[in-house]
Amino acid sequence: MNPTNLTDTIVALSTPSGTGAIGVIRLSGGEAIAIADRIFKGAKLEKAETHTLHFGEIKDGERIIDEVVIGLFKGPKSYTKEDVVEISCHGSSYIIQQIIQICLREGARLAQAGEFTMRAFLNGRMDLSQAEAVADLIASGSESSHAIAMQQMRGGVSDEIKKLRQELIDFASLIELELDFGEEDVEFADRTKLQELVEKIQKLLKALLDSFALGNAIKNGINTVIAGRPNAGKSTLLNRILNEERAIVSEIAGTTRDTIEEVLNIKGVTFRLIDTAGIREAQDQIEAVGVEKALEKIKQSAVLIYVFDVIQTQPEEVKADLERLNQDNIQVIAVANKMDLNPYTKAEHYTGDHLSEDQFIPVSALNNMNIEFLKDRLYDLAIGQGLNEESAIVSSARHYEALRKAHESLDDVLKGLNDNIPSDFVAMDIRRALAFLGEITGEISTEDLLGNIFSRFCIGK
Amino acid sequence: MFPKYDVIVVGAGHAGCEAAVAAANMGSKVMLATMNMQTIAQMSCNPAMGGVAKGQIVREVDALGGYSGIVTDHTMIQFRLLNRSKGPAMWSPRAQSDRMLFAAKWRHMLEANENIDFWQEMVTSIIVKDGRACGVRTGIGLEIEADSVILTNGTFLNGIIHIGEKQFGGGRAGERAAKGITEQLIELGFEAGRMKTGTPPRIDGRSIDYSKMVVQDGDEDPGKFSYTDTPKLKNQRPCHMAYTNPEVHDMLRTGFDRSPMFNGRIQGLGPRYCPSIEDKIDRFAGRDQHQLFIEPEGWETVEIYVNGFSSSLPEDVQFKAMRKIEGFENAKMFRPGYAIEYDFFPPTQLKPSLETRLVKNLFFAGQINGTTGYEEAACQGQMAGINAHLAIKEEDPFIIKRSEGYIGVLIDDLVNKGTKEPYRMFTSRAEYRILLRQDNADLRLTPLVHKLGMKGMEDRMQRVEAKEAAVKDIRKFLEKFSVTPDQLNGYLEKIGSSTLKQGVKLNTVLARPHITMEGLKSALPELDSFLSKYDAETEGLAEVDLKYEGYIQKEQEMVDKMNRLESVFLKDTFDYHRLSGLSKEAREKLTNLKPRTIGQASRISGVSPSDISVLLVHVGR
Repeated sequence: MNPTNLTDTIVALSTPSGTGAIGVIRLSGGEAIAIADRIFKGAKLEKAETHTLHFGEIKDGERIIDEVVIGLFKGPKSYTKEDVVEISCHGSSYIIQQIIQICLREGARLAQAGEFTMRAFLNGRMDLSQAEAVADLIASGSESSHAIAMQQMRGGVSDEIKKLRQELIDFASLIELELDFGEEDVEFADRTKLQELVEKIQKLLKALLDSFALGNAIKNGINTVIAGRPNAGKSTLLNRILNEERAIVSEIAGTTRDTIEEVLNIKGVTFRLIDTAGIREAQDQIEAVGVEKALEKIKQSAVLIYVFDVIQTQPEEVKADLERLNQDNIQVIAVANKMDLNPYTKAEHYTGDHLSEDQFIPVSALNNMNIEFLKDRLYDLAIGQGLNEESAIVSSARHYEALRKAHESLDDVLKGLNDNIPSDFVAMDIRRALAFLGEITGEISTEDLLGNIFSRFCIGK
Repeated sequence: MFPKYDVIVVGAGHAGCEAAVAAANMGSKVMLATMNMQTIAQMSCNPAMGGVAKGQIVREVDALGGYSGIVTDHTMIQFRLLNRSKGPAMWSPRAQSDRMLFAAKWRHMLEANENIDFWQEMVTSIIVKDGRACGVRTGIGLEIEADSVILTNGTFLNGIIHIGEKQFGGGRAGERAAKGITEQLIELGFEAGRMKTGTPPRIDGRSIDYSKMVVQDGDEDPGKFSYTDTPKLKNQRPCHMAYTNPEVHDMLRTGFDRSPMFNGRIQGLGPRYCPSIEDKIDRFAGRDQHQLFIEPEGWETVEIYVNGFSSSLPEDVQFKAMRKIEGFENAKMFRPGYAIEYDFFPPTQLKPSLETRLVKNLFFAGQINGTTGYEEAACQGQMAGINAHLAIKEEDPFIIKRSEGYIGVLIDDLVNKGTKEPYRMFTSRAEYRILLRQDNADLRLTPLVHKLGMKGMEDRMQRVEAKEAAVKDIRKFLEKFSVTPDQLNGYLEKIGSSTLKQGVKLNTVLARPHITMEGLKSALPELDSFLSKYDAETEGLAEVDLKYEGYIQKEQEMVDKMNRLESVFLKDTFDYHRLSGLSKEAREKLTNLKPRTIGQASRISGVSPSDISVLLVHVGR
């Protein structure tokens, strides 16, 4: 991004490209209002109050391009703290292209990826962590991921980290005092108290670290694999959960040869449902590839829904399958399909060492029995108690890495205290922890970190 | 009457002497101008060099070819390595010096340098032509020409001494203040400020009862400062510790109404870290005693320095309070303590080379920059001396990084952050303390000045190379040496370390907590005989290097990370006012200070981390 052009007025489409009901074109910069006034037939924006809407026409010379509504935001009370004009037009790509062309002709420059947010950041509208959150907010596809991004944007994670960092700074200064003034008669820092403080901070760090798995899952959706023997009814179950006919369903075993991905929203959390080919010794080559793929998918997932047919499959076979499919760090739900054909299906026949009773759910995919219950279980299993509005959730890999290193440095601090090593080394590990925490709030920012953040933005956001 | 000099140094204290030596040894013709040649290299305050962080600086000055370490080694009467119970970053050499011998030795060493001339007179102004310093004018109207000028005026610029309600002009007890320079500099556009420092009374050692005090002896095996072959101390004089008590405090309080500190007569800011005794009892009213160090001023003299009893209270109050101290019941005073106020120039007006931004080839060093301490002054003098020489030759300035030395930390702090109170070095000011140890200053810094071509560095460089090779050999030996449980478990059990189950390499054992090379030597005769060919300093360095390898590596990683910001350069012409994302203060500070790199910008006070993020994004990183 060439920053010498920061004084330019920039323009870009702010809604997704393609045809929609409306499209919003955003202008930002010193010339934004003047440019809009030149192409807009309606109220004189220059003289209008900030934060007002204006109906009128965009004209190219005498030719009317579209009827539009203009939102006027005069700096510094705007997203970028510059003058911002938002033109809401009809969502045809032709109209959008025309309006942007006219703006360019009138002196605006096409915005680069992330440039609106970069300006907001450069003009002091938000800090680094918040700028990052904007990227997440824009990309958020569900209520929960939206909530996390919003919370981060308002400074939730930053605040929490800043608080921790301050406690740690206080701690560090005690040790520093002792180091530099040990020859004079100063009081010595109480090692037990220091240890307690470090442990307390680590506990909080740990909670934030743990929240990453969840935060990450919510941000990207929770990968959920549906697997089972051929013809156990996986695809039927998928269709039933999604409430629509997506997967090709037939009574011939092995119909689903490729994996199918669908997105499901349960209580605001996105689940990526992955249907797989049946797990068995494959009869032909296409199927063999499919089975391998399924196993691969399971390894990349957070939840496995294992579906079996209560009539066809023996409890021993279920146990054997689960043994084969079970992976570390995966939550398993065993779905006993076709329960209508055998309503007396009992969990204890099937659940061995691998499953607890509440991980066993009898359903009938065909007759839509117990499907809502299955969804509830799915949500509980994946989210647990992790999500409530107050708790800070870490969803950025950069934050996670910094927290991890801070935690590691504090481990070194504890080890140092435990081994009774000289305090100059203990102080060093505390400083390292402080530096890593600082990376989250932008207290110490390395250039590559900023590059990462801004390259993530899509044009016009 | 005078030839044209390359460098004129104004003032012959610790900064001035080192400045003269550094410039002279770089090859410059130097004129050292001082008001009184009898007081060259005076220890105006306590008769000691070094201490925590300060000792490291003296070692660095020595590694850079300065004389402070050599002079101290020749004139000390006691040596202690402080903080031995802490880690190696904290080990700090400190010496009591014979005050008179110290000054005499310095003068001899200066006189032995053929590139240094002397002139005894007050310098009243600097000759400035076209924004460039080109000489000085003296009190009797002489003009001495030079290509550069270094000011090291200490506490002399408009110095005012306070004792109780008495106040008089003076740069030091019994010496005149210097006039003229401040006024000229202000006229040239410099900003000046006022600072305050103080010194305790000197007393007659024959009049105090040492039997009532705690003896503090020097180290059994005293070390030294210089990396060269200076003599090792054989005999030492002890110091003593005494304590104030509530009676002392009550007596001192009777003089508070006449204290220039409390009645507002002194406006300059004093060091919080070196408070006067009245300040201590006022601010820490809850404490009923304060520690005092009773330090002899030399081998022969009976004069005693009462460290910790700095005061500007009326002399009679000082005297009466002192006599309430146990052991001081009959104490006689040689002279009272006093406070001194003097002019300084906020060091943010300097470049990292210590050259002023306003006047080319004019350099400031020492207390004129708002620092306190002989060591802080000496190293600035040295850097100014080297850089004055380089400036005349139009070569790049010599700048020590924060990761290379305390000197780098000191100057970087001064020019970027400035200082409101007298700046004293602490180890906590250095973010890379583990790397900046007193045992490796030569390895860190000698190669740098050797490369600059400073005279007399060949021999030092050879020592550095030999030491590096030796450390490498020792490392190799330990990494190859396998020890069996039989050989070591006796020693390990004795110190409560877990015993070995199988043979391991010796370096891994040394890395454990509480294991020392000394202990390993006692258990392993082969190691003992291998190490016998190395001197204690080399062996010690190797031990630290191996034992704390993990920590040293971690610290180095942090340095490398920071250095990336140090290599993002900012142009002098950069228009910070265009960047509205910067805070107003940051815009102003950056415009004034013109940092060379983002790293430097990040350390300017008033420039926040978010300002740095803005700059980083702006320069396209």
